[in-house]
Amino acid sequence: MSAVAARRRTLPGFGLTMGLTLTWLSVIILIPLAGLFLKSLELSPEQFWNILSSRRTLNALRVSFGLAFAAACVNLVMGSIIVWALVRYRFPGRRLFDAIVDVPFALPTAVAGVALTALFAEKGWLGAPLAALGIKVAFTPVGIFVAMIFIGIPFVVRTVQPVLQDLDPEIEEAAGSLGASRWQTIIRVILPSLAPALLTGLALAFARAVGEYGSVIFIAGNLPNVSEIAPLLIVIRLSEFRYADATAIAVVMLVVSFVIIFAVNRLQRWAQSRIPAR
Amino acid sequence: MTIEVRNLVKSFGSFKALDGVDLKVDSGELVALLGPSGSGKTTLLRIVAGLDWPDSGEVFINGEDALAQGARERHVGFVFQHYALFRHMTVFENVAFGLRVQPRAVRKDEAAIRVRVKELLDLVQLDWLADRYPSQLSGGQRQRIALARALAIEPRILLLDEPFGALDAKVRKELRKWLRSLHHEIHVTSIFVTHDQEEALEVANRVVVMDKGRIEQIGSPDDVYESPASAFVHGFIGESIELPVQVEGGAVRLDGRPLALAADGLAPGASKLFVRRHDMLVGPPGSGAFEGAVRHVRNFGPVQRAEVTLSGGQTIEIDAPRDKELRAGDTIGLEPRRYRIFGG
Repeated sequence: MSAVAARRRTLPGFGLTMGLTLTWLSVIILIPLAGLFLKSLELSPEQFWNILSSRRTLNALRVSFGLAFAAACVNLVMGSIIVWALVRYRFPGRRLFDAIVDVPFALPTAVAGVALTALFAEKGWLGAPLAALGIKVAFTPVGIFVAMIFIGIPFVVRTVQPVLQDLDPEIEEAAGSLGASRWQTIIRVILPSLAPALLTGLALAFARAVGEYGSVIFIAGNLPNVSEIAPLLIVIRLSEFRYADATAIAVVMLVVSFVIIFAVNRLQRWAQSRIPAR
Repeated sequence: MTIEVRNLVKSFGSFKALDGVDLKVDSGELVALLGPSGSGKTTLLRIVAGLDWPDSGEVFINGEDALAQGARERHVGFVFQHYALFRHMTVFENVAFGLRVQPRAVRKDEAAIRVRVKELLDLVQLDWLADRYPSQLSGGQRQRIALARALAIEPRILLLDEPFGALDAKVRKELRKWLRSLHHEIHVTSIFVTHDQEEALEVANRVVVMDKGRIEQIGSPDDVYESPASAFVHGFIGESIELPVQVEGGAVRLDGRPLALAADGLAPGASKLFVRRHDMLVGPPGSGAFEGAVRHVRNFGPVQRAEVTLSGGQTIEIDAPRDKELRAGDTIGLEPRRYRIFGG
């Protein structure tokens, strides 16, 4: 027994916290997901394949993943600029803007969807001038894109903000005194330092947009093959009592999302490894 | 390359960081800006580098108006207290940075950059660290890399802001000697900021003592130590005994009692008497200008440090040679071998 005691860890509580972690993750995440996979096993491989390769499913997946990625990219760029302004400058109303960033976190997504639809409808405040230019937003894929941008923006801002705050302004001064232009400083010094946080923000915004349902279905128009997102297709299949179909689509979404997030995670780890802690 | 600064004034809100500073640095000099925190020394350095701008005044580098240029155009090497290395770049890339961001027309090709970086890493004796990241280096190594990076652009002048401030005592001492010999080797006009008098006296050719945004004294290390120009300099540099005295009717008085000290040429009024600790000679009771009782004695390397309460009640610390017999409770006479009295 004394030999065991001698091997005690310096940080106590490993057994307890690890046990709780595993139990909790299992109950909350892993068991429900395993149920999903089990349900999809009711399908033969052939049926599974037929469901997935149907035009409607493929289009729904394309709309979901494609627009989510596009929206995440837009959020990455705009989010970075917002972070820069919030962190680097002091202006009246800064705290208010900082708080506004969190609104998409808290707002019920259905409310967001209705608000965006009203705004971008053909007679809406923004929809009318856009319609005059020949751009239709509400009830088209562009509407989905807008909703996905809306719900994704806080993820980029909130992941990048603390990292930029910690970035020592002296390294910019150092770059300047070494002869770097402002642009060179941003490209060669600031962005690489922020890269891991930017990638995390991108992954989170993307994941959120892929899973978004509430706000999108109001603005999308939900035309099969055009503006129908995969989560909506799942709900439709459920309402038709085609549970296996629904789970098949869900499994594919799950696997694709997991692969993409895992890849971004590896990319982020790689970027992080080049910026070890001080 | 010379540096000249004329009548610089800079305030941060209501705080006056620089209050009319004039300074001339000759080509090839290694000058220390020495002062307590808040004395304006870092602000002065940053203005010369172009990282801050003065409210008024002029800065000339090699006779050219530097305030007409940004930090980028000034060609000044700047070394930061906390190194400010680029964490996502290897040591090699850090040093190469200044060469890589040059305008295309004057940029060296890759082979020439490699040669130059290798030269600089050899100069700071760290060529074996080229592929490491800054986080894998010790503080002293980081600061030497920061210096190599600053030297890469062949700066006209080199400015160092508390370069050893974040390092531990032993490394500081090594780097001080190293900086001195490096300067001897490359002879670039340099200014470094420090609050450590020992560092300033040991490394610099010339010391500029600053306080409250003003220059108190400019002189060689010997000058500022041996003949301080003001009460502040005397108190700040070297360990001093400071006693409030009164100059009155041709005599120096402590608590109204005249001291056996010459008062020639002193303006009457409240003044301060400064004596270096080791300049206070111990004699038998009744000898010398002061008398006091020894409270504690402690040994400090070559000297013994005694805490003495003077007959007037003031407690001072003196350094006496180890062979002098001193014991707590002794009554002794004290004679200042050298002293200075400053008015005000």
